[in-house]
Amino acid sequence: MKLLVCISQTPDTTANISFKDNDTAFNPDGVQFIMNPYDEWYALVRALELKEAVGGTVTVLNVGPSTNDAVIRKGLAIGADDAVRIDAEAVSADFVAFQIAEYAKDKGYDAIFMGKETIDFNGAIVPSMVAEYLDLPFVSQAQHMDVEGNTATLKRDIEGGVEVLSVDFPFVISAAKDLAEQRIPSMKGIMMSRRKPLNVVPAVDFVNPVEVVHFAKPPAKSEVKMIDPDNMDELVNLLHNEAKVI
Amino acid sequence: MILIYAESPEGQLKKVALEAVTYGAKLAKAMGTTCAALTIGNVNDAGSLGKYGADKVYNIPGDSVDNQNIARAVADAAEKLDAEVVVMSFTTTGKSIQGRVAARLKAGAVSGVSALPDLTDGFVVRRPVFSGKAFADYKITSAHKVLSLMGNAIPLEVLGEPVAVESIDVPLVSCKVRKLSVEKQAGGIPLPEAELVVSGGRGFKGPENWHILLELAEALGAATACSRPVADMDWRPHHEHVGQTGLAIRPNLYIAIGISGAIQHLAGVNNSKTIVVINKDPEAPFFKAADYGVVGDLFEVVPKLTEAVKKFKA
Repeated sequence: MKLLVCISQTPDTTANISFKDNDTAFNPDGVQFIMNPYDEWYALVRALELKEAVGGTVTVLNVGPSTNDAVIRKGLAIGADDAVRIDAEAVSADFVAFQIAEYAKDKGYDAIFMGKETIDFNGAIVPSMVAEYLDLPFVSQAQHMDVEGNTATLKRDIEGGVEVLSVDFPFVISAAKDLAEQRIPSMKGIMMSRRKPLNVVPAVDFVNPVEVVHFAKPPAKSEVKMIDPDNMDELVNLLHNEAKVI
Repeated sequence: MILIYAESPEGQLKKVALEAVTYGAKLAKAMGTTCAALTIGNVNDAGSLGKYGADKVYNIPGDSVDNQNIARAVADAAEKLDAEVVVMSFTTTGKSIQGRVAARLKAGAVSGVSALPDLTDGFVVRRPVFSGKAFADYKITSAHKVLSLMGNAIPLEVLGEPVAVESIDVPLVSCKVRKLSVEKQAGGIPLPEAELVVSGGRGFKGPENWHILLELAEALGAATACSRPVADMDWRPHHEHVGQTGLAIRPNLYIAIGISGAIQHLAGVNNSKTIVVINKDPEAPFFKAADYGVVGDLFEVVPKLTEAVKKFKA
């Protein structure tokens, strides 16, 4: 099977978030960047497992500047066969989805994998947008996938239960936790990743319909009010009269 | 015109759909236009959406849906009705269709919005980003706009009267993703909609002690949740797992018991309006994110809290 995995670069989970240029841009100073965990741990690894089971190739695709190459090389070290970087800043979900679809549209991929969301903007828009541009079926937030012949059976949590779905290839899938187990790149994988192709292609023109114009930090949390563990009536009283939540 | 897609899993309109209608109605008023709700399939009491602000309620008949045919129907209806803004809920369904609808309409899309847009200089709408550690204001410049609303972000309001449901001539194309089964979780309040949530972590020491938490939840009428290790050890089902890799929720009250408060857990709950932390370790990082804290042994504190809640409710 010919598989495509779309990966993003995000700030590390524990990064301190700050902004610059009058709070109009993210401040990358001192921030460690990683591959978006949903893309790396679940989408990429499940695609590699599928390739190992049925044969084929796995390509990783990133929309971003050359500073993303280290993260893309990590995708190759984990096991992807080759990589593509679309050379542009990922300015919006709309922009990224359009670029991915334009690249993928005439390549005949059997499945396109990506994480259910990135851990920075948490938007969850790109996967379904790519599916629509390519007119493909889509399963979002998949936690389990079995493949038999040309059909995949998938499980995912929905509000109030677990849903089991089936779909024929080709399709787009967004990955949630448990779709696969994280893989640590081996030394051999890291060595080999340096020789694998990373092709840089230009972005296609797109009128971006949406942009972030301002960032804000939430108001500082007021000091925690400590309650005597022997006086739970006081806690109930505060929740009723002060917080007004019960 | 504002078009709201009111989702109705198994024919039932959930609270998130009513919230989306209220949001759409308020947005329509701010923009000096009207709003219509769109329902698909056999929907119980769809006309009641008028109460939450819909000027009109449309229905598309059909019983086999996936994100592809829903999205196409929503986009077609938006074009037919000349809707400038499409509103939906930021749920499993919303996450499956929002990008599709936006792609069809060549629309700017913003997901998980938590407030009405600011219309003083164009169309600027705010949403939480960086797992709740910041907000971003998005300016949408396209003719069509597609928003999804975070659950519990705005209070439900009764703004009108029930209306008659009209059909709309939009076809529902055949669907390609087959639904084989749905394993329903037993009873209880669905976590994403819950206003009150009681959540437990490793401090409970084992699933056999969970009755302590369940009794508090029952006394409060709260939904139950858990931390990642608890779900990973199968003490509780996975759909109760809140945090970065689980569900992100924003209830009015989140009571965290025996959860240390790792940053990955906070990412799923830090938009809660009020946070209570009960932990025996006074150095637990969760206290820094809490409004109220209790340092003590949960096996003693929680039953006392349950009794206090019962006394208050009596």
